[in-house]
Amino acid sequence: MSTPVLLAAGNATTEHRPLIIALFGAFVVATLAITVWAGRQTKSAADFYAGGRQFTGFQNGLAISGDYMSAASFLGIAGAIALFGYDGFLYSIGFLVAWLVALLLVAEPLRNSGRFTMGDVLAYRMRQRPVRTAAGTSTIVVSIFYLLAQMAGAGVLVSLLLGITSDGGKVAIVALVGLLMIVYVTIGGMKGTTWVQMVKAVLLIAGTLLITFLILLKFHFNVSELLGAAATNSGKGAAFLEPGLKYGATATSKLDFLSLGIALVLGTAGLPHILIRFYTVPTAKAARKSVNWAIGIIGAFYLMTIVLGFGAAALLKNSDIVASNKAGNTAAPLAALEIGGGADSTGGAILLAVISAVAFATILAVVAGLTLASSSSFAHDIYANVIRRGKATEKEEVRAARWATVLIGIVSIALGALARDLNVAGLVALAFAVAASANLPTILYSLFWKRFTTQGALWSIYGGLISAVVLVLFSPVVSGKPTSMFKTADFYWFPLENPGLVSIPLGFLLGWLGSILSKEEPDKGKYAELEVKSLTGVGAH
Amino acid sequence: MATEAPPPPRNGTETDHGPASPTTEQFIEVQEGAEFGELRRTYRSFAFPLTLAFIAWYLLYVLLSNYAGGFMGTKVFGNINVALILGLGQFLTTFLIAWLYSRHAARRLDPRAEAIRTRMEGDA
Repeated sequence: MSTPVLLAAGNATTEHRPLIIALFGAFVVATLAITVWAGRQTKSAADFYAGGRQFTGFQNGLAISGDYMSAASFLGIAGAIALFGYDGFLYSIGFLVAWLVALLLVAEPLRNSGRFTMGDVLAYRMRQRPVRTAAGTSTIVVSIFYLLAQMAGAGVLVSLLLGITSDGGKVAIVALVGLLMIVYVTIGGMKGTTWVQMVKAVLLIAGTLLITFLILLKFHFNVSELLGAAATNSGKGAAFLEPGLKYGATATSKLDFLSLGIALVLGTAGLPHILIRFYTVPTAKAARKSVNWAIGIIGAFYLMTIVLGFGAAALLKNSDIVASNKAGNTAAPLAALEIGGGADSTGGAILLAVISAVAFATILAVVAGLTLASSSSFAHDIYANVIRRGKATEKEEVRAARWATVLIGIVSIALGALARDLNVAGLVALAFAVAASANLPTILYSLFWKRFTTQGALWSIYGGLISAVVLVLFSPVVSGKPTSMFKTADFYWFPLENPGLVSIPLGFLLGWLGSILSKEEPDKGKYAELEVKSLTGVGAH
Repeated sequence: MATEAPPPPRNGTETDHGPASPTTEQFIEVQEGAEFGELRRTYRSFAFPLTLAFIAWYLLYVLLSNYAGGFMGTKVFGNINVALILGLGQFLTTFLIAWLYSRHAARRLDPRAEAIRTRMEGDA
């Protein structure tokens, strides 16, 4: 870990640490003020879970972007491009195209027929308790996996950006992130979380735009020249601009890429923290508008990460990127330092500080969204509808949601601190795979297939969930390879890192099979209600 | 079947007032009616094939990246190769499909949905 650039970055961060901390602090103070303000207006359950449903399509589009563009997509994609060239870019395409599934099939029907959680729609036609339990379980599993990856990543990343190397320092960072997220969600509810995500989205876009502009300026706004410089500087030549460097090595790695690709494109529309965002707008039309804004913002952002990634490859030495962080997660901040004039310059230090603060904001906004999704589902699906059988008052429900937030926050601080040295980046892809295998089939069948039954719903949720988790447990993500979570153990037999290729078709198959094999007659009246509501918005509020 | 508490308008304590909800019989009647059938067909016949199409186009792109490296690496101009153009093409088609769907929804779906909703909420 003692290469020139890292040292330089380290020096820069040590010298200019006050600047970075000041920017972090400013973001924290501003978002806490927003949270307190939002908390004053959060009274009813609809306020806590759905921000009062008063956001506009544009505001929600911004917030969706802020919720979706995690540190994994900001730093991860730029880093993957910086290291593997074209193959890094493939991620962003899956992440973007996925929004069409949400736009065409999910956002509007969900807004029209549900109130607070994914479980509202899944359980609509079914027996409430078993299906709500399943939906709540799946929501919490997906969100916790995602959260764990973000928390562990936050520890590594923020300590790197601040030049903290001690274990205690990393744990403190994880605890700080967890604490802030508990405060945002318990006090501000959905309204506070939404505003934090909007602020973060604006900062992220502005920061990325600035660095993108500076990189393009350096290459005379000639993309071909930038790509050529990246290819040459990477030492891999034309191959750097072609598919194959990351996934092309073997037949297995190619299948793995296919599996990842399918999970990415089908997972987004099943991510609970994304789905609950559609409830924050007053109508289905506004939900459609918010997805359109999100597609525009996220698409523009991913286009900029291409420049960022290839820019990093063109400006930095490959060995320096790897030395700073093996996965390339610090390529974007390092590129910012370089484009600003290098390690010893004030410009470089300022840009590094800006990008670091943006990364910090990104992590906070995403973890807040994830925590809200899991505590909402716990309180609304499991506590109110399963444990209390629908008899909890609104006050009790919101109180349960706040306590669940505290609990989930503490659990994720503990897990994040324990996992800080494990390679948990794979957990994000796993969250997408579970969402695509367990949630998406059940959502689509519920909305569009009249013969779908309770048994079908349970089979598709649990079947998709369990198969995805088990396959990952026995995959190289967890054991058997130097890149595994547990490097020293070896109990893997499933060759692919991403389970989607198997678990997604299985989830769809089980939902169908469970329905046609069940003795239960589908509830015709309930389906009529759900279908008419989902397409027309009758009774939606 | 539905022996347990039905979902949405459940404990009636939500503060944002929704309009009165029609009965299940009314929902079945509307669902089986020609007007709703038309709305469903207009929605499904547009959204379903388009979904299959963009997923197929995306999978084609993934498979080409995987198994047609030579073709994808063909340079078109400067350092811009087929892979990059097809990748940017995915961005472009995503924007295009979002726009097409939204236009279809605004022209063909919203007025029909609005008509049914107004009538049902007026009746209830």
